[in-house]
This record gives sequence, structure tokens and C-alpha cells, in this order.
Amino acid sequence: MKDLFRRTGVAGLLLGCFTALIPALALANEAAGTAAEAAFMPMPAAGDTAWWVWPLLLFVVTFVMGIIAVLGGVGGGVLFVPIIGGFFPFHLDFVRGTGLLVALAGSLAAGPGLLKANLASLRLALPVALIASTMAIAGAMVGLALPTNVVQILLGATILGIVVIMYTAKKSDFPDVPKADNLSTALRITGIYHEPSSRKDINWQIHRTIPGLATFILIGFMAGMFGLGAGWANVPVLNLMMGAPLKISVATSKFLLAITDTSAAWIYLNKGCVIPMIVVPSLVGIMLGSFIGVRLLKVAKPSMIRWMVIGILLFAGLKAMDKGLGTGLMG
Amino acid sequence: MTEIKIQKSATPEQLLYADILEKGMFFGLALIIVTFILYLTGIMSPAVPLDQIAGYWELPVKEYLAAINTNFLHLAHPPTGWVWMTLLGKGDFLNFLPIAILGGVTIVCYVAIIPGLFKRGDKAYAIMAIAEVLILTLAASGVLSAGGH
Repeated sequence: MKDLFRRTGVAGLLLGCFTALIPALALANEAAGTAAEAAFMPMPAAGDTAWWVWPLLLFVVTFVMGIIAVLGGVGGGVLFVPIIGGFFPFHLDFVRGTGLLVALAGSLAAGPGLLKANLASLRLALPVALIASTMAIAGAMVGLALPTNVVQILLGATILGIVVIMYTAKKSDFPDVPKADNLSTALRITGIYHEPSSRKDINWQIHRTIPGLATFILIGFMAGMFGLGAGWANVPVLNLMMGAPLKISVATSKFLLAITDTSAAWIYLNKGCVIPMIVVPSLVGIMLGSFIGVRLLKVAKPSMIRWMVIGILLFAGLKAMDKGLGTGLMG
Repeated sequence: MTEIKIQKSATPEQLLYADILEKGMFFGLALIIVTFILYLTGIMSPAVPLDQIAGYWELPVKEYLAAINTNFLHLAHPPTGWVWMTLLGKGDFLNFLPIAILGGVTIVCYVAIIPGLFKRGDKAYAIMAIAEVLILTLAASGVLSAGGH
């Protein structure tokens, strides 16, 4: 696992260096006089800011976001979409497409280690993923069909809802599941993992499988619609509703995103909502930030970071609402 | 149905899934580094020049695709679905390849575990895995995205 992080980190660092070189390369291109071909459609105005400022700023912001996401215990996608959508000039279509890819990359990076350590459970993930990924496709299609201002308003409302969930939701390390329900028994959704803190093997099982799976209809739909990833919703449902231990819930949720977000990401990709100049700096920034975040985790105060994340999301949610409603109260 | 023992270590299917996921992830990330460098350095010239990209990313996707098609690509239709495969010679569209690999690796993982699930008599999960492959393949096919919005 450590080796995995190191190797990915080195690769990311290399790309990070290249991303940081964007301004130099841009100037070199301009000096060489690489003018574009004559345009047939009037080129939209791009403002006074040089083009390379935005990808560079994006890299810096996503790097910080990666650190905060790890320390705050949230996925990158949930921070990415409202913040980048609210404060960067990119259209929300591209921000949502990139948000899904950011969440997907994070999940792909963590998934193998979590599966090998038997913390992410394939037996728990498969039924959930089938529902969530199907609904994520529907959500992506609806989200891309709705007017942008409507999506912005709904996104703002969702982010504010996430703030409420983060503020109120409790977590349970080992929820009490006196008896596994019939469906989870039939599907044999159960397991054992080793808990180093207590040096014990923990037997776990789940209950309320049907209502839990039904909740993933909504979670998958929202993940696809807003490109948010869905860890913010996966963990409470797996942990508090279905009764999976917290570690199993967090790990399975992280792994689940690779499946849920894949289906929605394909819809966005096929619709053309991917601009590499937005996607690649974001992926690299958030992954590098995550590596630093993991190291800072030892010294940071989680409660303070958690409040910071709640504050950032509150601001970003209000900004999305403001943007969608066109009130202009937040600039 | 064959009884499956609850075990402390991950099941063979879980380990197989993890191995393929890991390899696919590393391959995709390594490739994205290479393709982005080719794009950024201008070794492979992009369809949309770097100094003009900022004029397009503010547009809704439908307008963006129409604009880059009219101004640069000159295709019969704006580039949706798998049309990017025909544009891999362009530095920007080349980056779609590793993104598609990162998006496709999960499908490969599912396909790989299906025989083992059947072999172990785990039919319910084998059927779920087949259904997931079909769902993800449908999403990836571009059929659901046809027609724009």
C-alpha cells in the first residue's frame, strides 16, 4: 500500500511539474507565433486573463482541496464541483464531468489496497453498485438535459443538505446488528476484518438491506446528476442504516465510487463534457494534495478541519444557489 | 448452492478484481502523464489551440462542441460519443484515451471475476456481475448519449 502511494505519488509529481510549466509553455507557443487557423464561428470572448492562469490556479486549488478532503474525511468530488463550479469560469457541464473523473481517480487509487486488505467488501459493494451505477446513468442524463441554472440551484440545495448531514450525522464504529436480515443472509453479505486498535477479529453482518439498497437509487441519481461522487451519502447509509462497521463502510464507499462514477463518467465523456486542460490539472492536483493530506493527518486536528470543510461547503452551496438564481449577492 | 466460508482474508474474486484494478489504474495514470505532456509541449498539436481554449470552456457543452467543430474540426457532426477515437492524432483528443482506460478498467474487472463466481456456485453474484457489465457497457457505448441535449 505504501509502495502504491509512493509510485503514484512520483508519477503525479512528474505531471505536477509539467502542469506548473504551463505558463512557460504558453509563452513559448505565443512567441513562436502559432496562430490558429481562421475561425468560421466567432470565437467567444475569454476575458482579459491569460488562458494558462486558470489551469495553473486549478492545479493549486485542487492541490489544497486534496489536502483538505483527506483531513476532513470527505471525497474530492464533493468539494470540487461546488467550488470550481462557483469560482472558476468553466461551464458547469465540464465541471461535473471533471468532478466525476476526480472522484473516480481517487477511488481507483485507493480501491485495490482496500480490497486486498479486506476492508472494502466486494460482496457488499456489488448489489449496491448495480443500483447506484444504473441510477447514476439516469442522473447524468437528466442533469445534462436540465437548464444550467436549474442544476445550479439543485446543486446548491444538495450541498447545503450535505452540510446538514455532516453537521448532524453520527458515526458508529461497530453498529449493533443483532440479526442479519433475510436478503443479506441469502446474499451472504458478511465478513471478518482485523481491528488493530483492539487486536481483535471483527465479525460483521448487515441489516435493513432492502431500505439501504433503495436509498442508493437516490444516491446514485444525485451522484450522476451533479458529478459529486457520493461518499458523503454512502458512508452514513452503509454504516448507520445497514449496520456495517465504520471502517468497512468508509472503505467500501471509497471503492464503490469507482463503479458508480464510472457509469456516469461515460455519459459525460460521450456527451463531450471533458476538456483535458481542465481534467488533468485537477486529477494531478487533487491526487498530490491527497498524498500530502495523508502525511498531515498525523498532526492535524480533525475536528477543526471538519468545521472548515463544513464552512467551505456552506459557502460553496450558497454560491451555487446564488449563481443559479442569478441574484449576484455573492459576487 | 455451494456454501461459501466467511474468511478473514479477501476472496479470490476480490483479490483478482483488486489486481486488475491496480494494473489498469497505473497504466491509465502513466498514460495520462505521457499524453498530457505531448499535448502541453505541442509535440502533438491540439485541435483547439492552447491560447484559444479559454474562449470555449465557458460555453455549455452543446455550444462548445458546435463551436470547436465549426472552427477547427470541420466534421459532419459535433464530436460526441466515440468520435474522439478518430481524432487521436490531435494532442487534446489524445488525452481521451487514458481517460477511457480509467473508465473501462472496472468493466474488465467485472468480466474477469464472472467465471470464478460461477465456478464457486455463487450464481446470484455472477448474474449481478453480468448485469453490471451490461450496464457499464451500455453507458460506455455512447448509445445513451446519442442526439445531444
